[in-house]
Amino acid sequence: MKEIINLPVKNVEEEEYHINMGPQHPSTHGVLRLVVSLQGEIVKNLKPHCGYIHRGIEKMCEKDTYPQIIHLTDRMDYLSAHINNHAVCLLVENALEVEVPERVKYIRTIVDELNRIASHQLWWCSFGMDLGGLTCYFYGLRDREKILDIFEESFGSRLLHSYYIPGGLMMDIHPNFQQRVKDFIKYFRKKIKDYDKILSGNIIMHERTRGVGVLSKEDAISYGVTGPSGRASGFSCDVRKHHPYGVYEKADFKEILGTAGDTLTRYNMRMLEMRESMKIIEQLIDNIPAGDHAAKMKAVIKLPAGEYYQRVEAARGELGVYVVSDGNKSPYRMKFRSPNFSNLSALDHMSRGCKIADLVAIGGSLDYVIPDIDR
Amino acid sequence: MNFSIYDFTSFTQWIDKFLYDNLPAFWAVTVEMVIIGLLVLLFYALVGLFLVYAERKVCAFMQNRIGPNRVGPYGFFQTIADLFKLLMKELVYIKNADKLLFNIAPFIVIIASFMAIAAIPFAKGLHAIDFDIGVLYVIAVSSLGVIGILLAGWSSNNKYSLIGAMRSGAQIVSYELSVGLSLVTIIILAGTMQFSAIVEGQANGWFIFKGHIPAFIAFIIFLIASTAETNRGPFDLAEAESELTAGFHTEYSGIKFAFFFLAEYMNMFIVASIAATVFLGGWMPFHVGGWEGFNHIMDFIPPFVWYIGKTFFVIWVMMWFKWTFPRLRIDQLLTLEWKYLLPINLVNILIMAFIVLMGWHF
Repeated sequence: MKEIINLPVKNVEEEEYHINMGPQHPSTHGVLRLVVSLQGEIVKNLKPHCGYIHRGIEKMCEKDTYPQIIHLTDRMDYLSAHINNHAVCLLVENALEVEVPERVKYIRTIVDELNRIASHQLWWCSFGMDLGGLTCYFYGLRDREKILDIFEESFGSRLLHSYYIPGGLMMDIHPNFQQRVKDFIKYFRKKIKDYDKILSGNIIMHERTRGVGVLSKEDAISYGVTGPSGRASGFSCDVRKHHPYGVYEKADFKEILGTAGDTLTRYNMRMLEMRESMKIIEQLIDNIPAGDHAAKMKAVIKLPAGEYYQRVEAARGELGVYVVSDGNKSPYRMKFRSPNFSNLSALDHMSRGCKIADLVAIGGSLDYVIPDIDR
Repeated sequence: MNFSIYDFTSFTQWIDKFLYDNLPAFWAVTVEMVIIGLLVLLFYALVGLFLVYAERKVCAFMQNRIGPNRVGPYGFFQTIADLFKLLMKELVYIKNADKLLFNIAPFIVIIASFMAIAAIPFAKGLHAIDFDIGVLYVIAVSSLGVIGILLAGWSSNNKYSLIGAMRSGAQIVSYELSVGLSLVTIIILAGTMQFSAIVEGQANGWFIFKGHIPAFIAFIIFLIASTAETNRGPFDLAEAESELTAGFHTEYSGIKFAFFFLAEYMNMFIVASIAATVFLGGWMPFHVGGWEGFNHIMDFIPPFVWYIGKTFFVIWVMMWFKWTFPRLRIDQLLTLEWKYLLPINLVNILIMAFIVLMGWHF
């Protein structure tokens, strides 16, 4: 009789159950699996399971030459392909101490910023869709198409460009490039107001995101959350400002910093960053100097033995490339510090105590790209 | 018999008299039931198909798209092609699902919306049953559908379905109140619950204009609450495809899924037609006092056209805000109902009662 009385009484209110969000789920934006412990609708904790799209890019790099590696970096964060290419190119150029023509630096900076706008546009579409506003998706894609058309004309492809090569660019820009970029900026300055009308100013959206998924500055730093998500918490981490590359020093732009660190602030960061990117492009587009589109490089690129690290500001945060070279034409070890992996690590911390719907909104505001997490 | 598209009363009475003259009373009633049942079925299927098409076109236009445009002129037969696809699809049976409840759920949902359609007046003398408690009947019957949704979620053996069903239960039970109370506001003004009498009462002005501001507030509340009750628009938490993949009908396939789908659209139609009947004068033409010529032209348009026009206007408004707003969260949804809509509604009823008491309405 005594045993029966002492049996642990399960409180139904406190019982947890688990659901698998993913690998096939509309709001994980790819094959990410989140094992979520729920109590009713409230998230108690979650465990991200990565690796569903792991392709071993870092290992593959050890067999490839440096120009070949650039093609692999496209496939990591496919939405900021140019910026990923830029990181590897800069690393090789700095290691070999090659002086890149000024024209190349200008074009790379402009194209990077265009890529950043395109990436943020796609984030905006999918964030709207995560909140249930499906119309946003089509607004964003409509405008992203304009950028992709510019890319297609100049670089020959729309998503995975591999346009940068160590020492310069694969080919010079198309004669129409400057005019089309200027037209696009003019067009998008008008259209971004539509974005504000349909989503930024919507009271339902404000209620859904304000005070949801708060990440303090200390937590952002300790989790290594960078990019717009980190800056929303007040963590000044813009590589373009702190370790300038390209011609960012010559452009006049602000590092957007937030304070609240909630989903709404992360949203506003990206909306402001798109405007800031347009400002950078406007300053540079008319001043592209004439010159060669690539520096003279050796036919076989061999990095001197040693360790190298290069960071760039990708659309989602700081992308670091770490190379250990033994003097051969391919690296001895290559490691990418991908922004999405670090940002994802904070998801559990941010979403505890939220509802399922909040989890989707927080995930949308972190803007993770799964191939970049798994590599 | 004199048939006219302005008044169906003589036509229906002629059929009724013809049947009773030639058949025993029992068979006459049976034949009438079968005829009406078939007509309602046909109407149901046609309107359902058209609404799916309309939604796809409306949302396409709001999203810079063209929408269906391949099958038939302007893609008009797209939904019929879709229906055939759904009919031919395999019905997937779920392991460890409660088979009986799983199979019965879509029927409960669809029967609830069938029953509601019986009481709606489409034109003068054109309705299946003219209850003297028509409004109460429609409210009662349309809320039966939630049982089907709850059963579907419960029996699917899927946690997403269960979450969706529980959300839907909380949502419909709450918003049922606002739907009922906003209709009560108009019942006070009309003094009757019979649909035909409510429509007749709007011969010299629709209730939304007659009832001053309280009627207008009631109309807005009815629109919000009924959208929530049909699981649509910004209140589609039960399906919430970005959170729960497809909510309560995740595990359904083929024609069973089509039942849920059709019932959702028909519920929207029913809700819109109640809004049109109670607030916008049903099949009554639009009249402006003193403008004889204008009123005469308005009278020339058949009542059925007036009814369909008003209903589709309300449906269009509902589609409009479905494709504009993001989705609410479950706690915000309940806050909206219990903290805002319900108190406003209760005060609104008092104001309306006061206006009717003092005879201040038109």
